[in-house]
Amino acid sequence: MREIEYRDALNEAFDEELARDENVVIMGEEVAQYNGAYKVTKGLWEKWGDKRVVDTPISEAGFIGMGIGASMLGIRPVMELMFWSFHSVAFDQLVNNAACVRYMSGGLINVPIVMRGPANGGTNVGATHCHTPEGLFAAFPGLKVCSPATPSDAKGLMKAAIRDNDPVYVMENTLLYGNKGHVPDPSEGDHVVPLGKADIKREGSDISLIAHGRSVLHCLEAAETLQSEHGINAEVLDLRSIRPLDQDAIIESVKKTNRAVLVDESKPFCGVSAQITTLIQEHAFDYLDAPIKRVCTIDAPAIYSKHIEDEQLPNARRIIEKVLTIA
Amino acid sequence: NMNECMAELFGKTTGCSKGKGGSMHFFAPDKNFWGGHGIVAGQTPLGLGLGYGLKYNGQKGSALCFMGDGAVNQGAFHESLNIAGLFNIPVVYIIENNGYSMGTSQKRSSAYKDCLAQRADGYDIDWDLVNGEDFYELRAKVNIAMERAHEQSRPTVLEIQTYRYYGHSVADANHKKYRSPEEIEDYKKNHDPINLWKQRLISEGILTEESAKEIDRSAKQETDAAVVFADESPAPTIEDVTDDVYWESDNNTEASKIGRHFFND
Repeated sequence: MREIEYRDALNEAFDEELARDENVVIMGEEVAQYNGAYKVTKGLWEKWGDKRVVDTPISEAGFIGMGIGASMLGIRPVMELMFWSFHSVAFDQLVNNAACVRYMSGGLINVPIVMRGPANGGTNVGATHCHTPEGLFAAFPGLKVCSPATPSDAKGLMKAAIRDNDPVYVMENTLLYGNKGHVPDPSEGDHVVPLGKADIKREGSDISLIAHGRSVLHCLEAAETLQSEHGINAEVLDLRSIRPLDQDAIIESVKKTNRAVLVDESKPFCGVSAQITTLIQEHAFDYLDAPIKRVCTIDAPAIYSKHIEDEQLPNARRIIEKVLTIA
Repeated sequence: NMNECMAELFGKTTGCSKGKGGSMHFFAPDKNFWGGHGIVAGQTPLGLGLGYGLKYNGQKGSALCFMGDGAVNQGAFHESLNIAGLFNIPVVYIIENNGYSMGTSQKRSSAYKDCLAQRADGYDIDWDLVNGEDFYELRAKVNIAMERAHEQSRPTVLEIQTYRYYGHSVADANHKKYRSPEEIEDYKKNHDPINLWKQRLISEGILTEESAKEIDRSAKQETDAAVVFADESPAPTIEDVTDDVYWESDNNTEASKIGRHFFND
């Protein structure tokens, strides 16, 4: 079994898609000659050259909008935001142009672009660099959003995102870049994970822990403790994709376990977990034996202090405590 | 044609954007018209991207990206100029300067030395100021800019001095209060490019007063016919609301069948 890092799995996805389709262009700050701020694009400029891997100035509204304009002509830019937190300076381009051009043109134009980069807290950098906007962007029809938790999903979802003919925003995580995991060898075939398909990362019968991104790993850790110390057999459902969303998998899991704790690194107010909550109450109300509970990032801007930062974010301890209130 | 534009204004399915775009969002990519974008200067990075795409594909061409004088103070425009200059993008930015950004005059909204296009100097981009009263000057100077894009893959900023007789939009009912009636009349009488061109063509014997009137009449007839066409066209249905959101869904692809894309219940 081949094990590679999350960042290398992404790198492999870019390399394979650059080879597959000459319209694919990697673009962003420091992605080429510097090899990527987090080395996700390492070696690609050297291999593919100036045309396919492009360094941009620090000018998100300019280069993100440029990528959208190019995609209207059929180019397939894969745009890196060094941090998704920098979305705010390119917001008009991200939500008016990328999300609405297809609609406002009556379907005459499409925008086959990927926006990607890390979106996470927990790295001791303060509030401006810790935004997790997956729920925010999923709220704009026309956009698709996914958030891989494992190296295998990172590669597979990225390849699906690049091939998709709509704008797909991929939320990665700096704390996952160094994680190793099994990723099928390219010789075994094309590894693509479709958008809109959740994955049961741990089967269980007593409660559903529903999460995406790094929170999935916290859920898996919590599930082990819940099993060994409390005899609670938790199921961990990894959404992988936020929009499209695998509603069937969510409802099926809740119907099986009758309890749900939603774990979500975004803030509680109108975050991803708020949307999941309303879907569960609407479609599985009669199957619930307890109120739906959530573990989100504590509702304040991200604190800088390393002493307390991890407690503001979802973690295994907070998940276990929440589960024990209803199971 | 005028029918699809009028129908779009009327919000009808026969409109160029099926009634989904409206007056600010006309599109006709089959005619190389890429929008129609409602946010002031939000289109300037897109124009950059169209130029980038042409260059990437190895096509000889240029993107003509239009804006008003009110757009020049937006950050997106300056970021676009920087990248256009830096990456040698074949884009021509055309500032249609009518002197007012809605109700605020140029002097009250922009800091500048001699003219707005001059700001391109800061990005090492060629620029020119064009007298919008003269069609021939305008055509010649746009041609120079397009040649520069085609032959040297370099951007240009053009500023066209022009005017408007009415308000910025229907919401600008005060347009006679922030400028004098004399100013409007003076432009109509002495600077209107259509009138000046007409007079020139008549003096050169190409047009007569009568044939000019005929052109006017036939344009009005075409407009009247377009209004009838738009009026009689069908409106979108509630089912149409969720079409044209995702390419994959509209084309009923495998990807569109995986997971939920819309969240109405």
